[in-house]
Amino acid sequence: MNNIAVILSDSLFFGMTVSLLCYGVGLFIKDRTKLAIANPILIGFLLVVCILKLFHISYDSYMNGAKYLSYLLTPATVCLAVPLYEKLKLLRDNIIAIFLGIVAAIATNVLVVWLLCIAFTLDETIFATFIPKSITTAIGMVVSQETGGIETITVALICITGIVGNIVAEIVCKLCKIDEPIAKGIAIGSSSHVLGTAKAVEMGDTEGAMSGLAVAVSGILTVIVAPMMLEWLY
Amino acid sequence: MRYVKQFAIIILISFVGELLKEFLPFLVPASIYGLILMLIALTTGLIKLEQVKDASTFLLDAMPVMFLPATVGLMEDWDVLKSIMIPAAIACIFGTIIVMVMSGRVTQWIIRMLNKRRGKNE
Repeated sequence: MNNIAVILSDSLFFGMTVSLLCYGVGLFIKDRTKLAIANPILIGFLLVVCILKLFHISYDSYMNGAKYLSYLLTPATVCLAVPLYEKLKLLRDNIIAIFLGIVAAIATNVLVVWLLCIAFTLDETIFATFIPKSITTAIGMVVSQETGGIETITVALICITGIVGNIVAEIVCKLCKIDEPIAKGIAIGSSSHVLGTAKAVEMGDTEGAMSGLAVAVSGILTVIVAPMMLEWLY
Repeated sequence: MRYVKQFAIIILISFVGELLKEFLPFLVPASIYGLILMLIALTTGLIKLEQVKDASTFLLDAMPVMFLPATVGLMEDWDVLKSIMIPAAIACIFGTIIVMVMSGRVTQWIIRMLNKRRGKNE
């Protein structure tokens, strides 16, 4: 057992292999069950954690190989411009609705977090930690840091929010009768950033394009709004 | 070669995004600069759609799995998270759903309202 742990810890390809395999198992289960909760990212996450715990492999040795997978996130986010370009006319025609939809998301998020902080008597540190939970990690981390939040918790919250958004997106849109593809995309992107967008891309071209757009715009707007809200509310 | 060229363009734009992040004072990550640059390059015709289409389809398709390593990082933060578990769970589950619904309904409501008005004018 110890030998296996040493070999796996030193391996360069273990991290990526285990990520891809666990995600593959997740895809398989999702295809078979067709349940929203059988989400490939959620299943992949649980499986990877179980495997690491079982073989006593540290997160750092896992990341040794898995980090190359993470590196691809930047070029993939850049590629979100491609579906957006293909839907540029749609963006121009609906620019007011899109912008106000994103503003509504940010306002709702601030309100929800503020009410939560009052209900649980949490201070401004937690407020600053929670506010960037709906935006993309790279921006959210910095917003949290700049406004006095706890960066690592913010990153964790961003991940959880993204997984939740990825899981609930289809059901929420259906139940709440959000059936305009543009509205679906904006709703998903502005509530659950790039992880939600991964689901939006699966739902359709327009949904994916608009979700990607919402991630960029809501991220940038939050940078501006978060410090203002902190000053105003605390 | 086709994929190599396409991939090279996308990586180049990511790199320029990284440089912009270094030199501009805004809190914008490299990926968002890159997204904006790519959109500008496509709309101005500097890059043709077919020069990046295949590679970007692949990258977007593989995007969900790229999040796995970062989410596994939750394992490390578990001790800190435990202390604020209930508000964090409410914020992440109910908060996300409420934000999604509000944003989607507002967007849809305005789209339909404007479409109706456009229809009347024509």
